[in-house]
Amino acid sequence: MKLLFEKSVTGRKSDYLPKCDVPVFGLPSGLLREKDALLPQLSENDISRHYSALERRAYGVNNGFYPLGSCTMKYNPKINEKAAALPGLTEIHPLQPLPTVQGCIEVLSDMEKALCEITGMDAMTFQPAAGAHGEFTGMLLIKKYHEKRGEGKIRTKVIIPDSSHGTNPATAVMCGMSVISIPSGSDGCVNLEKLREAVGSDTAGLMLTNPNTLGIFDRNILEITKIVHDAGGLCYYDGANLNAVMGIIRPGDMGFDCVHLNLHKTFATPHGGGGPGSGAVGCKAFLAPYLPKPQAVSDCGEFSFKVDCPDSIGKVKAFCGNFAVVVRALTYVLMLGCEGVPEAAEHAVLSANYLKKRLSEKYTMAFDGICMHEFVMTLEKEAKEKNVSALDVAKALLDRGMHPPTMYFPLIVHEALMAEPTETEGKETLDEAADIFLAVYDEAMNDPEKMHLMPRNAPVHRPDEVEAARSPHLRWKPDVQ
Amino acid sequence: MNTPKNLKYSKTHEWVEVTGDNTAKVGLTDFAQQKMGKLVFVNLPIVGDELSPGEPFGDVESVKAVSDVISPVDGIVEEVNEELLDFPGMINDDPYGTWLVKVSGVSRYEDLMTAEEYEAFCAEEE
Amino acid sequence: MGHYISITEAQRKEMLDAIGLHSAAEMYAAAPSALIRKDALNIPSGMSELEALRAVEAIAAKNKVFPTIFRGAGAYRHYIPAIVPAVVSKETFVTAYTPYQSEISQGILQSIFEYQTMICELTGMDVSNASVYDGATAAAEAAAMCRDRKRTRTLISTAASPDVIETVKTYCWGANAEVSLIPAKDGVTDIEALRGMLDDTVACVYIAQPNYFGLIEDAKAIGQTVRGAGAKFVMGVNPIAAAILKTPAECGADVAVGEGQPLGMPLSFGGPYLGFMAATTAMMRKLPGRIVGETTDSEGNRAFVLTLQAREQHIRREKASSNICSNEALCAMTAAVYMAAMGPEGMKNVASQCLSKAHYMASEISSVRGFSLRYKGEFFHEFVTECPVEPDKVISALEENGILGGLPLGDGDILWCATEMNTKSEIDTLVNILKEVRSK
Repeated sequence: MKLLFEKSVTGRKSDYLPKCDVPVFGLPSGLLREKDALLPQLSENDISRHYSALERRAYGVNNGFYPLGSCTMKYNPKINEKAAALPGLTEIHPLQPLPTVQGCIEVLSDMEKALCEITGMDAMTFQPAAGAHGEFTGMLLIKKYHEKRGEGKIRTKVIIPDSSHGTNPATAVMCGMSVISIPSGSDGCVNLEKLREAVGSDTAGLMLTNPNTLGIFDRNILEITKIVHDAGGLCYYDGANLNAVMGIIRPGDMGFDCVHLNLHKTFATPHGGGGPGSGAVGCKAFLAPYLPKPQAVSDCGEFSFKVDCPDSIGKVKAFCGNFAVVVRALTYVLMLGCEGVPEAAEHAVLSANYLKKRLSEKYTMAFDGICMHEFVMTLEKEAKEKNVSALDVAKALLDRGMHPPTMYFPLIVHEALMAEPTETEGKETLDEAADIFLAVYDEAMNDPEKMHLMPRNAPVHRPDEVEAARSPHLRWKPDVQ
Repeated sequence: MNTPKNLKYSKTHEWVEVTGDNTAKVGLTDFAQQKMGKLVFVNLPIVGDELSPGEPFGDVESVKAVSDVISPVDGIVEEVNEELLDFPGMINDDPYGTWLVKVSGVSRYEDLMTAEEYEAFCAEEE
Repeated sequence: MGHYISITEAQRKEMLDAIGLHSAAEMYAAAPSALIRKDALNIPSGMSELEALRAVEAIAAKNKVFPTIFRGAGAYRHYIPAIVPAVVSKETFVTAYTPYQSEISQGILQSIFEYQTMICELTGMDVSNASVYDGATAAAEAAAMCRDRKRTRTLISTAASPDVIETVKTYCWGANAEVSLIPAKDGVTDIEALRGMLDDTVACVYIAQPNYFGLIEDAKAIGQTVRGAGAKFVMGVNPIAAAILKTPAECGADVAVGEGQPLGMPLSFGGPYLGFMAATTAMMRKLPGRIVGETTDSEGNRAFVLTLQAREQHIRREKASSNICSNEALCAMTAAVYMAAMGPEGMKNVASQCLSKAHYMASEISSVRGFSLRYKGEFFHEFVTECPVEPDKVISALEENGILGGLPLGDGDILWCATEMNTKSEIDTLVNILKEVRSK
């Protein structure tokens, strides 16, 4: 398919603006760029058709089942889009006088109340723009805490299980800390002995998600957080898996001191092909003075921003976060309400267990028994015996028009496929998906060679990623005359 | 396996060629390049960097993974193989003929194995 | 059946039977019973869609929408052609995940590749990433890119936006790296002072073009000074101004960053916005975040993939230079559609109109006694004036007329902005109100 640049026709343009109604001002030529930016020259019709063609080569939740483990690809309600597009919200400048933005601050304040209730935290910021950004913010709160107590240079180690998402250790390093990776036990959960060995006077904290990245609820969670607290460290909750427990179990009750949430996972705001998201960060009262500034405050129905925050970590972004994303999440929380939140979690777990049961007919599960909202399969045996890898199975699923589960994560399971159906799928969708999974398995066992050619039914076939990395072509270039 | 007899081998799959009294060349073994798959980039140290036996001095990248290169010797980096910046695949094509760094001032070696010992070691790792 | 849950009561029972459980509560058996909530959540009961919409509308009604805006300071109201929201609200683009499975995501990958190309053209740089969160975080990530074992200090101009400075400070504190502020003189970065601050511990120097006060910096001279001292030059640039001003590449920048919100994103009380980052080929592998590359598939067809992934957190983990995962993909697409719609002529036209309206406005405002221009230098579409009365008096008077005036800077001055959205008559009305306030 051609690029926009390759469809460009010299002289083609649209008229979006009236003529300038004031004298045209020109800057001295010494300040001006020498060559114009080479942007495509297109009609609006060209653009409309181009992006419609691109849309046909993309796959959204609207196209089908999307069981990506750890991503929570639940249905994105359209009312959230309508709410976020209200002119009373989109046309507001972030630096308007406070009395003119009472509604905006109310959005932040209402969401803070609701999410604190759901997570068992006391304060929340919406400044971080994504989960990883939220992790960074939350770990900075912990860094500040130790600094204020004179232990900033001593407590520099963050304990992270080897099953964690890659953002966790990367975040710790961005906070000037180093990582102690502890191996997970044979049940995928935190090995208490190894944890006890790892904590000490140099412990800044622990980063953990529960349920863990294998979809298992770590039953020792209270002991885990106690071990870390007893050593003087704090506990950080990676909220990526909150969809399993929201409204049923609270991270604050598990012993966590601060959390991040992925509004674009758990709270149904759309993924957008890779963002924008929102990584809300909540914390217990003793960490609240360190939150990024400004903090939204409400006082008897009047809203304002607290700007005098001497102990704040500063800012992690301009203004106060991805506001329109928070509006979407607020609309979702308003609709679900106190009944709907735990109901969603429960059905997410039910869906996962049902799909796991059906797939267990042929697929080997990384861990048996009841799972939470996601589960992990392993193709290790099939890879050794028949040379069929997790990648091959994933591409074969693609061939049949289904988005595959997450591949090769968590790292502690070989040839992993992680599936998370979410609560917004009907039983018949799960059954259809299971049928496809099982059919692919049979096909793989009968004809492993065929698997390596998958997907055949796709616009491209096994792009050469090695060449792409060895000789990067990262932009279009016009042909040199 | 065609493990050259004139080289020494580390447990982390690097080879060492002693080239003089205190000089050596370091590279990656066939086992290492097979495990990594097609290499797309090599991060090399800078000339003048100090090496410590057992410590990483660079890394190699494939499309989906990155792996540290651990120094089997001490010393100072005299030369780095700059060709690798453009052609990292040379390590895949000819692991024992492609050196990563030339080192001088070598006085200590990490526990190194002979070709035979290394072949046995790799057989166990499989 | 709850909202958006497709599983019916009957299906629920079937599923529980298939799993071999009697009740859903049994699924949580691994959790200590003390942790399982017994009471309902203390949030309001769920609503129907109509009720929820009314609730949000009621909240929105508490905001004031200004028909006329003369305030910038990092967020700008520009005209957004209707094709832009029409394209980026397509359901597949909105609800798609990150394009890790390239065969099923060629559309998303290609749109990012096109965006990367446009950013390179706008900034003159060699490579661009797929976006970061906003202009401020882009500056902070650029500072991280430039640090190495010997050079760890970041110098940032006091003439940069306060939010950018604050964010860079926070990120550098996180990394235990030092930040120093370069003084300003006459509203622009003081090059002499900068020269005195450059030594072999400085990793990079950041300036904004135009700067926070709207003034045009001598970026080329600053770039030469910085690179001459062996440090890297990070230039923040307004993407509309970039259509006509000397590009970061022409000024010798190693990294170009900026806030992409003016490229088709509404004000939205501060987000979501768009951080763009572009660099020289030499710095390519230090860029954080996702990058799309072009390659061929097994049949020789053009194919796009996420590439250079070994830089990123999901592979490097604690050795990654940044933890960034999700970025602002849909906002990057928004920017690409905007730039495609405007085209090279349209982009220059917007820039020219912003420049012209701001200069007309500056000339008119400064003719009102007491509102003289604070600085003498060349400016783009923002400028600072003095104010003869308490600035809030001016802002209130304007507000009564549906006008959001310039931003009071806290020292008695006001930072004004004009874009192509401001008509001559709006500007004339503004000036008349200032005259009235003055005469009281």
